[in-house]
Parts: sequence; C-alpha cells; structure tokens
Amino acid sequence: MARPHRNLVRDHGQDLRLFGTPAARTGLVAMLAVFAVLPTVVREDFWLSVLIYVGITAIGAIGLNLLTGYCGQVSLGHAFFIGAGAYCTAIAGGTLGLPLPLWLAAAAMVGAALGGLIGPFTLRLRGHYLAIVTLGLVFVGEHLWRNLRPVTGGNSGTSVTASTALGPVDLSRIEVAGEVYSRNQGWFWLVWALVGLTALLAKNLVRTRPGRALQAIRDRDQAAEVIGVRAGRYKIAAFMVSSAIAAVAGALFGAYQQFVSPDEWNLLLSIQYIAIVIVGGLGTIFGAVLGAIFVGALPALIDRYSDVIPGVQTSVGGDGFISVFALNQAIFGVLIVVFLVVEPRGLAGIWLRIKTYFRTWPFSY
Amino acid sequence: MTALLQNVFAGLSLGCTYALVALGFVVIYKATGVINFAQGGLLALGAYLGYTFSTSLAMAFAVAVVLACLAAAVAGAAVERIVLRRMVGQPPFAVIMITIGLLFVIEPVITAIWGFENLQVTNPWNIDTVTVGGLVLGVRDLWTIGLTAAAVVGFFLFFRHSDFGLAMRATAFDPEAALAQGISARRVYAVSWAIAAALAALAGITLAAGPGGLSPSIGFIALAAFPAMILGGVDSPTGAVLGGLVIGLVEALTRGYQDHLFAWAGDNVSVIVPYLIMILILLVRPYGLLGTRDVRRI
Repeated sequence: MARPHRNLVRDHGQDLRLFGTPAARTGLVAMLAVFAVLPTVVREDFWLSVLIYVGITAIGAIGLNLLTGYCGQVSLGHAFFIGAGAYCTAIAGGTLGLPLPLWLAAAAMVGAALGGLIGPFTLRLRGHYLAIVTLGLVFVGEHLWRNLRPVTGGNSGTSVTASTALGPVDLSRIEVAGEVYSRNQGWFWLVWALVGLTALLAKNLVRTRPGRALQAIRDRDQAAEVIGVRAGRYKIAAFMVSSAIAAVAGALFGAYQQFVSPDEWNLLLSIQYIAIVIVGGLGTIFGAVLGAIFVGALPALIDRYSDVIPGVQTSVGGDGFISVFALNQAIFGVLIVVFLVVEPRGLAGIWLRIKTYFRTWPFSY
Repeated sequence: MTALLQNVFAGLSLGCTYALVALGFVVIYKATGVINFAQGGLLALGAYLGYTFSTSLAMAFAVAVVLACLAAAVAGAAVERIVLRRMVGQPPFAVIMITIGLLFVIEPVITAIWGFENLQVTNPWNIDTVTVGGLVLGVRDLWTIGLTAAAVVGFFLFFRHSDFGLAMRATAFDPEAALAQGISARRVYAVSWAIAAALAALAGITLAAGPGGLSPSIGFIALAAFPAMILGGVDSPTGAVLGGLVIGLVEALTRGYQDHLFAWAGDNVSVIVPYLIMILILLVRPYGLLGTRDVRRI
C-alpha cells in the first residue's frame, strides 16, 4: 500500500504541528543536547556571558517580533519596557526579596500593565505615529529613570540583588554529584530555558487564532476589521504581550548584571532590537533568536577583537578613526538598511530558502 | 516681564530650528509619504559641512552657509536616489526603518571624518548681543530667526507659485494623476529630499554657531522636531512652522522657569516637554492643529 510522503500535509492539524517532520524532531533533539552540554564544554566566562546576553536579547527580540513582525506596529520604545523590567526586579527581587519565579512574573506584569497603559494612546494612531510616540517614550522614560531616585538610584544607577534560587537549587552554584557549576553556567541554562519557553509561548500564540488576527491586522487593518477582527483590542494585546516579554528580558538583564543605570535604556538599545528582528526575519520566532545571536553577539565580539580590526580605536584618543561604540552603531544601521533592501525576509528567509531547495531537490528552482 | 520676554526670545530662536527641521519632515512626507528619521543626520552633516567650508577652508561665512546647504541638498537627493528609490511601493514600515538605519549610519560616519571633539564654527556672530529696551538679544538668535523667516517665505513662494511647487503639490495630492499629467514623480521625490536636507543644513549651521558649538550629537535635536511636526499636522507646511515655534517657546519657558515652577518634575524636564505636548495633542487632535483629518470608513 502506498503511504503518503512524510512531508505531505493533509489536514490543518498536521500543518500546525511544531515538530512535524523527522528532520525537525532531530533538530529539536540536537538543540536540547547543545543546550545541556554547551556550558560544560565552553567554560570560559567571556563566551558564557556573551551567550547569556544573547539569550536575554533573544527573549526581548521575540517580544518585539510579536508586535512588529506579526502585528506590523513599529515600536521604538522597547528600551523603555526593558528598563522598567530591570528596575522592577531591583525592587521585587532586591528590596522585597522575592524568589526567582515571582520576580520574573512581577516584571512581566509590570511590563504588561505599562503596555496596557500606553498602548491605547498610541495604537489608535496608524502606521508612522506609533514609531514617533514610542520614540518619545524612550526620552520620557530616560527622564523618569534619572529622576525617580528612590527606585532607580538616579544617574548613578542601582544595584540589583535578585535571588536565583529555584526551589532547592541555587542557579548561581549548582552542585550535581560532587560537580560544582559556576554562576555563568547556571545562568546559561536559566536564560536559554526561558528563551525556549518564550519561543514556545510566542509560537503557540501566532499559530492559533490570536496570531492569525495579528497577521490580518498587519496585512490590512481595515480588511481585518471587516472580517470581524477587533483591530484595536488585538493591537493593544500584542503591545501588552510584547512589553511583558521585554520586561522579563530586562529583569534577567538587571539580575544577571547586578547593576543597572539609566544610560543603558537609550534609543540605541531600541534600535538594536529593531535591527535584530529585521536581520533575523520579520514574522518568524526562529528568526528573532537567529537575529539575536547574529546581532547581539556583534558588540561583544567587536569589543573583544577591537585590537585586530583595522581602524578601530581600542581606547579613548587611541589610533584609528572610529570608536567601538560608533562602529557598533554604524553596523546596526547598515544591517537594517542592507537587509531591508536586499533580503527583507532576513536570515530566517535565507534559511527557509536553503531548506526548501534541499527538500524539493532535485526539482528545485 | 523682562525675564519673560527674554525666555520668549530664546524660545523663538529654538523654535526656528525646530520649524526648519519640521518643515523638512513635512516636505518629504507630503511628497513621498515617508517620515524621515534621517533628518537629524542630514542636519548634522550640513552643520559639519558648514564647519569645513567656514573654518577649515576659511571661506566667508555667508558663502559657507550657502555651499553647505547646497552640498546637503545634493547628499539628500543622493540618499533618496540610492536607497529610498528602491523602496517605492514597499510597506511604510520598511521605509521608516530604512531612514532610522540611515540615521544610525550617518552619525558614526561623521565622527569618523570629523572626530568627537566639540568644534567651534568660525562665524561673524559669536556671542555678540544687542540690547533693546532692557532685553539682551543674541545676534546669532536674531540671525537664526531672520534666516528661518527668509527660508520659510522662500519655500512657500516656491511651493505655491512656481511650476515645480505646483508639481510637488500635485504629486502629494495624487501621485498617479500627477504622473498622467507628465509630472516626473522621481524628480519631485529627489527635489523634496534636497529641499528637506537644505533646510536641515541651515538649521544645523545656525545651531552650531551657537553657544553649544558643534558635536556629533547635534543631530539629535531633530528628534525633538517630531513633536513639532505632529503638533502642526503631518501634512501641513504652515503647521510645521507653527508647531516648531510653539514647541520651542514652551521648551524655553519651561527651562526658564524650571527652578520656580517645575522643580518637582526633576532636572532638565524641558527636554521631554516636546514629547509630552506631542502625547497631549495626539489624545486631543491626532491630526494636529492644521493637518488634514484622516477619514476612515469602516
């Protein structure tokens, strides 16, 4: 009896499967293996911290991609929500001394609440306005962070001492069978597990009814309203979810770094996230993670190898014509422009093209 | 009273800078439907070109200003031709992101060429002042207001009474109908960018001649011109000028009375006042003071 090919999709349920094909299941197993083993292989603190920052960035980027990639709303205010999450953790994790799941949840709720508060003002305006209003949000936020001294410590910043204990296990110092794992290794597992969770959550959101509604709004909001999608509500909901995820990223950022100052939540951070979702691929969860790896690791790598890249100043007033900071900024800008002009679907688009080529081989075109 | 007038004068001077930048936003938005975040980059570029002509090449200041505006106009048109032309017909989101990307490219390029140091532009105004009835008026501020008025009047004469201005208005109104009448949309787009860049360059040079001098972050003042554009209405040139002046006045007055009235709001609250005004106007009149009401049927 003839069996259908494993790649053939015959009904909607099959189409919705997350890991439908054997190749995808193999990939999942491989990813889990890398997740479990990587920190024990890469023990150097520099690389581990780069990977942790990349993971935190990936969480934030998934949030922004829900809003920008799926709902089509450009937000430059992501840095504001990330900052809010970090300061929330300074209070919830530090002052109140809540355990890990609770300070993460607190940050998510604060982010969602702020998003729900700001969303209605901005999202009833279409297209361009949101970008400009959220741009204002970054500046207003920066002013708040500098002046709400009891919470944020003003210009000098505040320390974040959040507990990293998960039940009986302290992630800062995991002991398994006599083997002690360092803080960075524990944080790697925590952050990347959360990346997986966030990705799963976002994927489930976008492959079901709310996700289809968001994409309908992105493609044509009036048409979406005509077929019964409440565009206003969904936009605000998307904004809230995106802000909540951003706040979680901020919470992790603050707790890992143990110190935050208002200078970090500036426009460049928002632009970095925009660059990530564009480079990774708008409207794909996978792309947000890919983009975070690509763009998020760049500043750290440039900083580390600045002495071998020609023309880069390694110190203030040193040789070279461009500083590390300026080079980062220029690279974000160039990446945004080049990807939008040349490959609007981003790295995820390139990957999908390669995949399709081999899947349909030898009849590829 | 004198203090109030002094603040109003400072506000007018600042407002003129905003007005020039906002007018540039509106010109590009009307012609191409794009909100140009890279305006600040063009402003900084114009200011640095002004520095090169005026200080490095020791030209007469008036010549330097004109040359810098022309050079910035060419740069603006080139950006439109090389990057934005490819994006015609793409969703507005992608185009906005492109201009944001450009903004973040131009600034490091400027630091790579001219460095980070705060530069002083050779100019005939310096810190000279004239005293009129107890008011101390900076010569630079007077010139800023005068040059802005001249540029705005010139723009409106061009926009309303010249053939090309008519072509621009026609394209803004209906690009396809304009094309059918033989108007080259490409030239309209390029000229719109050139005009916006020249206006931004003028704003940049007058700003750089001021007490703050010239530093790479000078372009960020253009971001505060967004509220001016929104306040006036995104598609109204008159509104942009009006919005710029209002925002400048309110910002200067907030700064002037910071210690008396706004101490509770924290230091430097005047910096975010434009954005607060913008949020307020978006709540009350989303289409701005003079903008066209966006009609939607659903």
